[in-house]
Amino acid sequence: MNAIGWPNWRRLNQEGIVFAIAILLFAVAALGLPGFLTADNLVAIVRSVSVLGILALGMAVVIIGRGIDLSAVAIMAMSVAWYLQLLNTGTSDGLAFAYVLAGVLAIGLLNGFLVAYADVPAIFVTLATGSFVFGYVRSQLITQDAVPVPQGHWVELLGGVRFLDIPVEVFVFAGLAFLVFLFLRYTKWGRFIYFAGDNPVAARNIGIPVRPMLVLRYALSAVVALIAGLLTAASLHSINTRVVNSTLLYDIVLVAVIGGIGLSGGRGGVRNVLVGAALIGILLNAMTIIDIPLLYQNLIKAAILLGAIIVDGVINPRDEQTAQQGDI
Amino acid sequence: MRLLRTLMAAATALAVTAFAAPSFAADDPGPAAYAKALNGKRVMLVPLAMGFDLAQGWAHYLKKEVEAWGGTFETRDPNWVVDAGAQAITDAIASDTRPDVLIIHAPDLNSYSKLMKKAQAAGTYVLLVDNPANFPADAFVGSDWDKLGQLEAEAAIKGCGENSSKKIGLVQGDQANSSSLYQYAGIMKVLEKHPDFQVVAKPDSNWDATTSRNVTTTMLQQHPDICSIIDFWDGDATGASAAIRDAKLDGKVFLVTTGGGEKTADCDKLNDGTYGAVVMTDLARQSGDMNAIIKFLLQSGQPAGTSHTYIYTLEKATTKADLKPDSCWDLKALQAEAAAK
Repeated sequence: MNAIGWPNWRRLNQEGIVFAIAILLFAVAALGLPGFLTADNLVAIVRSVSVLGILALGMAVVIIGRGIDLSAVAIMAMSVAWYLQLLNTGTSDGLAFAYVLAGVLAIGLLNGFLVAYADVPAIFVTLATGSFVFGYVRSQLITQDAVPVPQGHWVELLGGVRFLDIPVEVFVFAGLAFLVFLFLRYTKWGRFIYFAGDNPVAARNIGIPVRPMLVLRYALSAVVALIAGLLTAASLHSINTRVVNSTLLYDIVLVAVIGGIGLSGGRGGVRNVLVGAALIGILLNAMTIIDIPLLYQNLIKAAILLGAIIVDGVINPRDEQTAQQGDI
Repeated sequence: MRLLRTLMAAATALAVTAFAAPSFAADDPGPAAYAKALNGKRVMLVPLAMGFDLAQGWAHYLKKEVEAWGGTFETRDPNWVVDAGAQAITDAIASDTRPDVLIIHAPDLNSYSKLMKKAQAAGTYVLLVDNPANFPADAFVGSDWDKLGQLEAEAAIKGCGENSSKKIGLVQGDQANSSSLYQYAGIMKVLEKHPDFQVVAKPDSNWDATTSRNVTTTMLQQHPDICSIIDFWDGDATGASAAIRDAKLDGKVFLVTTGGGEKTADCDKLNDGTYGAVVMTDLARQSGDMNAIIKFLLQSGQPAGTSHTYIYTLEKATTKADLKPDSCWDLKALQAEAAAK
């Protein structure tokens, strides 16, 4: 990464490769597919990856700090499902939102606390809290997989908000991406995340509050998940908790990692998330226009992603440092 | 005097005989045989998940009836995970309290075939509900998905009308689930008879509302003059309807789907114009069919796997115009009824 923030073309890394594939796909689709290169379709592409991208932003912050948050999708779906259930059973809006926000923060803080102070690996902590959140909310707090948004509620109205015919989630995605960019690049704690992710022990030795920062990251990721959930419900007028069983969680990690955010921490930024999201968005949209069946879509998606990883492995062989630290 | 006494005795005897006569009715062998065959029998329902309207409706009606004849009713919740369902069935067959009737909602054509065979070998009657599978179960109760697809296509053609673009879009489920495959076959059968109508796109939603929204958005951008969309399940058709709403094509695209006939999922949405037509399953009747075949099998004395019966539920495409107060069943009311007990 150089100062301006553009990919370093002399040393092609995974981000560069994925970016190139995305551009190539875009060009081919624009030439070959009627209706691909229209304003409406481009907006639809960005919109289709907005929620995925928002979740990937939260995940990116955690991964850069050498962690992972596998509870993101559970928090996203279950917090909003609980919120809507509370509203449907007559709890006042303010109170319901306060409950849910408190619950979301509590899970984020619990994740962070267990990783930072109890020294449990993040992958196990968040896997467990994710299952807990799903199981508890599903069995105790809601009665059905799908919870509808009450008629006329602000979440429903939010889904209809458009500026210049562009759906609201595109702006939220762009806004959050910009905020996370500012946070990572220009705030002290944002910069510290890279140090902590690259070498936690050294970061701690020079006096960086590694542990409180870790807790903050998981809380941040949880709140981002809540926002993603609210946007999903806004668009569909309901939330379906089945999404917790879907491949969404892997897609989030994929968007972050395929864009070039190393799972070993300390590397990457918002740009990587945008590149990863762009590839997935263009790919899915083009395949839908061509009307490729889902089975083949998954196969093609997997093949392209695998290809990018293999090319990256050849161009950038693993060095001694990665070998010592190990990935997640 | 003696004569009088004899007469009275005779009269008494006659009266006793006369009054005793109705006691022959109490000797109807039915109730005793029924009780003997059914009492204490175990029925288990393993749906795809317990968290959606169909499963909760079936469980309600089955439980009511099974418990009324002195049986035990249980459910297992695999929560859409095929492995968890397989585990639940395996455990049920192996346990001391092996169910006498196992009702299975199959996730696809093949996954549970071996397990169902095992269950039958252990002496458990196997009922398939809603989704057919490649297995000769003791009975299949549910929709004829091919016929259901035909009804959907007919509703779509009617919704489009003669002077429309005659372009239809499909949002399929996936390429593994029998309900999706047969539904597609049924739709195509009808469209073959109407060659002027064409399917312009047929993406899969993978039964996910967000995916349904995304593919429908793309479909409507590519073909803004589509007159009808058939989404293969009301569980994800909320996504297709969101895409239609976002494209400002409400009222112009006739959305057809299928569902369990639950009030908020189907009737309310027909009423507010979200859906144009819904091919609804009469859930109470479908559950009644299951109850009847369970009672038959348990009394038949035949070993599990002897006979194979198909009981297709009567399906009908309902539109706003023929919506009646009893067109749908109300999950909330059933839950309230269960909670009141």
